Amino acid sequence: MTAPAQSALDIAAEVRSGERPAGDVVDEHLAAIEAREHEIHAFNLVLADQAREAAVAIDRRVAAGEDPGPLAGVPVALKDNICTEGIPTTCSSRILEGWRPPYAATVVERLAEAGAIVIGKTNLDEFAMGSSTENSAFGPTRNPHDTTRVPGGSSGGSAAAVAAGFAGLALGSDTGGSIRQPAALCGVVGMKPTYGRVSRYGLVAFASSLDQIGPLSRSVADAAALYEAIAGHDPRDTTSIPERVGDVSAALAEGVAGLRVGVVTELCEAEGIQADVLARVRQAIDALEHAGAKVEDVSVPAVVYGLTAYYLINPAEASSNLARYDGVRYGLRVDAPTTGEMYDRTRTAGFGAEVERRIMLGTYALSAGYYDAFYGKAQRVRTLIIRDLDAAYERFDVLVGPTAPSTAFPFGAKTADPLTMYLNDVCTIPSNLSGHPAISVPFGAGDDGLPVGVQVMAPALGEATMFRAAAAIEAAAPGGRDDA
Amino acid sequence: MTVSSTTPSASTSTGWETVIGLEVHTELATRTKLFCGCPNRFGDEPNTNVCPVCLGLPGSLPVLNEQAVTLAMRLGRALRCEVRRSIFARKNYFYPDMPKNYQISQYDLPINVEGALELPHSGAIVGIERAHIEEDTGKSTHVGGGGRIHDAGYSLVDYNRAGVPLLEIVSKPDLRSSDDARAYVSELRAILLATDASDAKMEEGSLRVDANVSVRRPGDPFGTRCEIKNLNSLRSLGRAIEYEARRQIELIESGEVVRLETRHWNEDEGRTGTLRTKEEAEDYRYFPEPDLVPLDPDDRWIARVEAELPVLPAGRRTALAAAAGVAPDAPAVAIAVERGLDGLAVAAIAAGGDPARVLTHVEHNLAVEGAGGLDPAGLAALVSMETAGELTATQAKDVLAEMVATGGDPAAIAKAKGYEAMGADDLAAAVDQVIAANADQWTRFVEGEGKLMGFFVGEVMRATKGQADGRAVTALLRQRAGA
Repeated sequence: MTAPAQSALDIAAEVRSGERPAGDVVDEHLAAIEAREHEIHAFNLVLADQAREAAVAIDRRVAAGEDPGPLAGVPVALKDNICTEGIPTTCSSRILEGWRPPYAATVVERLAEAGAIVIGKTNLDEFAMGSSTENSAFGPTRNPHDTTRVPGGSSGGSAAAVAAGFAGLALGSDTGGSIRQPAALCGVVGMKPTYGRVSRYGLVAFASSLDQIGPLSRSVADAAALYEAIAGHDPRDTTSIPERVGDVSAALAEGVAGLRVGVVTELCEAEGIQADVLARVRQAIDALEHAGAKVEDVSVPAVVYGLTAYYLINPAEASSNLARYDGVRYGLRVDAPTTGEMYDRTRTAGFGAEVERRIMLGTYALSAGYYDAFYGKAQRVRTLIIRDLDAAYERFDVLVGPTAPSTAFPFGAKTADPLTMYLNDVCTIPSNLSGHPAISVPFGAGDDGLPVGVQVMAPALGEATMFRAAAAIEAAAPGGRDDA
Repeated sequence: MTVSSTTPSASTSTGWETVIGLEVHTELATRTKLFCGCPNRFGDEPNTNVCPVCLGLPGSLPVLNEQAVTLAMRLGRALRCEVRRSIFARKNYFYPDMPKNYQISQYDLPINVEGALELPHSGAIVGIERAHIEEDTGKSTHVGGGGRIHDAGYSLVDYNRAGVPLLEIVSKPDLRSSDDARAYVSELRAILLATDASDAKMEEGSLRVDANVSVRRPGDPFGTRCEIKNLNSLRSLGRAIEYEARRQIELIESGEVVRLETRHWNEDEGRTGTLRTKEEAEDYRYFPEPDLVPLDPDDRWIARVEAELPVLPAGRRTALAAAAGVAPDAPAVAIAVERGLDGLAVAAIAAGGDPARVLTHVEHNLAVEGAGGLDPAGLAALVSMETAGELTATQAKDVLAEMVATGGDPAAIAKAKGYEAMGADDLAAAVDQVIAANADQWTRFVEGEGKLMGFFVGEVMRATKGQADGRAVTALLRQRAGA
């Protein structure tokens, strides 16, 4: 069903030692893409020539006795809302038609420094607004485990690319769960770092105070390695955190003996959580306890308001961030007799229904006379959620719960009613509102045989502890990580 | 600069009071733009000082310019503002010269609040509500139609100005006449120049003024105000306020009401016209800018700004007036300070230059073109040559111009120009010859026939072919006559 999954760290080790040329690695991944991309549609653009050229450079460095970096030769798929210099960056939207950024995102530069090879730009819900990639202007991505099902979203292309063996690693962006939810639905690892840990410079903004770039991978160790490669202070992003990134990979082997694990009642009992998903989550929690963790239920009352607060803050920021797509400077322009009509026609032709909906919701929420009732109140709820989570972290090192309410659902199942789709993010949103790190780890399958993800959350900058717990869950997962 | 009242103000002529508050936008004189490394420079080829950040390209992020903050705080302290923790906000509206279709500004928490500016002539204190940091927009040129976007054939946009740091300085409604308003802007401009916060050139648009004008019967609550845009000079400011106050008074006196609206000053027609009414006003949907962290200057930074604060125009006027023995509101003093020539004047006086002559040179011969290579000792030496009668006023002006251009020595320049012939000895000799040749008239003059002074001065001038200094000749004749 999916390609043989080799860990990215294993690939890098072989390339660095000269055992295996990066050129071969790239060719094998391009072959996998050739074989299945037509049915999956993970990519908006496959960068075969550039990837081969990059591989040649890596192999030359290895031959010269240099170390090309910790991710040497590993093909990485980039979500198509991450800017690549001179290469189209579409956000899966018509409005960015023809736009080639004159600069690269900080994470793209860091990937190159680590020796990773960008193999393509992956599909997403338009401007990352959605949970299924059905909102892409270029057609949906299909779940490699069952092509009648969605891969989740908005980083559905990245999750599918990793699950299908098209790339050893992928980068996604997570605004309300857009890395973790597709990771769960595609049976891969997906992680959202602490807000500010990874530079947002070059990530096309959706909701700036929530957006964070993070890794998708086939193992927890791979996710940690990619996280280490991209994290760290960036002077081009004032919201990036100055503190040094510790060696989180080293923590993976430490185990969870004595770790205090809180099971968040409100997330396990959230609206729409399927019984089979919850059963798997409980099984993962038992495994943590078995490995020596101290497990207890914990109530974090304010998280139940997360979804509502999120769907005010997120559209508000989005309505402002997306104002720049007006046909004046770049991308799509539909000409008209006046500037105002040109704006209207360009934006009507360029944006899909979900983007329009968020722009309207956000514009309304920020309007004079409504600001306090909507945006202002949502920000107060956000403060409340942070307070409740902080209280929980006084007693627990990590919190756990489901990542998504269900396994991958069929195309069209949730497109009729936007609220049904929004409910997919109910478990992931609290970490975005609080700015805390969280990870989804695959743990067996639901009744339909499709992957289930378990979510581990940690306080700000608690990545090392979070990865430790994630590694323990991964080790206990039914059939191991290659079970898919 | 002095403000002369040529038109009677609406308030005094009709028993109405004009209430004015001003919003001054000034470009901060930083090396680079507010949120990126592009040069902050006027007059370059269009769209050459641009980058992903100031063009608002997708994925770009703003990084706050430290120098802009320092200059903003310096101006804030110069206006006696409280400098405090502030937050940037987005002001959302669509316009083609605004790359992101929102402007990063400060809204409910500005960096400078609650300051004051003292008007030089009246001594009146004008409250400063706030002085906040924001980014400038690009510049649109609408080609065809009336030069407005609505009927233009096409529009050109230059983004060189997009992202240039601005300080918006908002006064309280404490001004009561167009003269006050002009004096306020003049003094603010002098402070901006003195603190090196801005080059404050109204003609280049680096200082722009909007006026909020209302009228009332003295003692009544404030009337409904109108905001006037497009005031590009002190003259426009004064005229627009006068016009607008009369318009509002006429409306009220004819039983109508003033509508809250934004009006545009038309300099050619000498009138204001409606730009937009309250109903058409934009809802800017302000919210905190999530791409920037709060700006919270620590005490050390503020202390450094305080320490670097120069002597302000008011203090400099006092110092120069004291040195020259004139009143602080003397026009020459104001001009010297405004042009940054007060240091030169004080030093030249200290070096022995006659204060009145020094001030005269500053006001009339240096104010426009500047002092160039002139140093205080040179100016003092030049003035001494005048005092000694070695140079006439006209000759001194010529020599001064040369000194400004070349930085040369006045005596050498005078000699090169052939002005040195009339030394004190030569002048005395010429006077004595004229006395000897006109003995009768001299006797009558000495005996009290004062009107003969003109005759003797004229004779000396003729004898010296106009090279003698009239005042020196007069003094010498009086001395000879024992008067």
